[in-house]
Amino acid sequence: MVNERATETLPLAGRVAAQRPGGGGGDSLHPLKTACVAPPPPRSAARIDPPRKGEGESRAWAAAAAVPDPEVPCVTVADLGILRSVEIVDGVAVAKVTPTYSGCPAVLAIELAVEAALRDAGFEARVERVVSPAWTTDWITPEGRDKLRDYGIAPPGKTSTSIRSLFGDIEVACPRCGSSDTERVSEFGSTACKAHWRCLSCREPFDYFKCI
Amino acid sequence: MATDVAIDRETLVTLLVRLADDHLVLGHRLSEWCGHAPMLEEDLAMPNMALDLIGQARALYAHAAAVEGRGRSEDDFAYLRREREYLNCLLVERPNGDFAQTMLRQLYFAAFMEPFWKAASASTDATLAGVAAKAVKEVAYHIRHAGEWVVRLGDGTEESRRRMEAAIEELAPYIDELFEDDAVTAGAARAGAAPQPSSLRPAFDRIVGPIFAEAGLTFTTPPYSQRGGRKGMHGEAMGFLLADLQHMQRTYPGATW
Repeated sequence: MVNERATETLPLAGRVAAQRPGGGGGDSLHPLKTACVAPPPPRSAARIDPPRKGEGESRAWAAAAAVPDPEVPCVTVADLGILRSVEIVDGVAVAKVTPTYSGCPAVLAIELAVEAALRDAGFEARVERVVSPAWTTDWITPEGRDKLRDYGIAPPGKTSTSIRSLFGDIEVACPRCGSSDTERVSEFGSTACKAHWRCLSCREPFDYFKCI
Repeated sequence: MATDVAIDRETLVTLLVRLADDHLVLGHRLSEWCGHAPMLEEDLAMPNMALDLIGQARALYAHAAAVEGRGRSEDDFAYLRREREYLNCLLVERPNGDFAQTMLRQLYFAAFMEPFWKAASASTDATLAGVAAKAVKEVAYHIRHAGEWVVRLGDGTEESRRRMEAAIEELAPYIDELFEDDAVTAGAARAGAAPQPSSLRPAFDRIVGPIFAEAGLTFTTPPYSQRGGRKGMHGEAMGFLLADLQHMQRTYPGATW
């Protein structure tokens, strides 16, 4: 006795895996990757009050905010909303950074890059990790969402506090052709923050930045 | 969870270490599948879930170390304790078995943690509340992923169903321990730091029940329940797991990269 669902889903997943040349993350295969230009000069992030206390802090903020995300280098830490604040405390520039996913392996790299950027800008620097309040994809700025889409990653939808809404019938538009005729291939993609999707219209696979 | 009762340091550290150990040990178990999963998507999915769990464990160990104030680091907690000092529940240390058993174990643990994190999001301990607010969304993905597999295998072929039924029987003795209250959980609940485990059972049943119903599976009550993990008494599997997990730090103490 073979159930219909089993015959539909099991071979499907296998076929998709076989179709992907090289397998794995596939980042090196992404033709849009080369199109990603260096991030423009940082602007203030929408959800965060940029420091206005003094010229030193503004300059420190600008230096830290320009640091690109190591895994998605088309967006900066300010675009993602993970740079929470930069303050000058007793002559030391103190940047507060919050992790995206609990297990994001890029957290340490981001902290070191922010510290290095502050030092390069002439500050003594310290980076502090804050977990509360928890980061959510809602903190990604509108500008950051545009950059993700241009890069070939479908930006996350808006969350609410309801878990159910994370899994409602979400419509994910293909970042290449804009079609909403898309389907999820796998909940878990090349990095912790992304799911693997494909477009049924232009037939291209793409990453979806998961909503949390 | 607002309350005026303060939690004493030892109770809070024990609570955090129990939680962290659950996540570290299950994260380690999932990581054992890396490179061995039945298909590429699962080879990505299981280490992804392991990353979530180990990330949560790190935040909890770091917090426990800070609360304890005795200069221990998160690595000291993770790698340099003896087996009797690990306070994880027995469910998470169970061997992976086959893919059915791994997915069912994941569903059980996630269905236990989802209501826990939801309640702990309002914890009087700000750091725990922050970890919980993130984790409650991550664990929702784990429930969906593991739940889909339990349905697919339970309602699949004769062979997949046989394996899922065997997994239910194998893991049944390890469920009750999740919901055990004791002096630590009572102290934490009084202080509004974390919910009593026993209060989470209805939510667990509301998550697992519909998934079993869709899969056509029935839960069998075990003839006995295993307990002891919260007091550091573990099964045979734990020693082998720790030998693997601690190998580097025991061989090259203090090694970093």
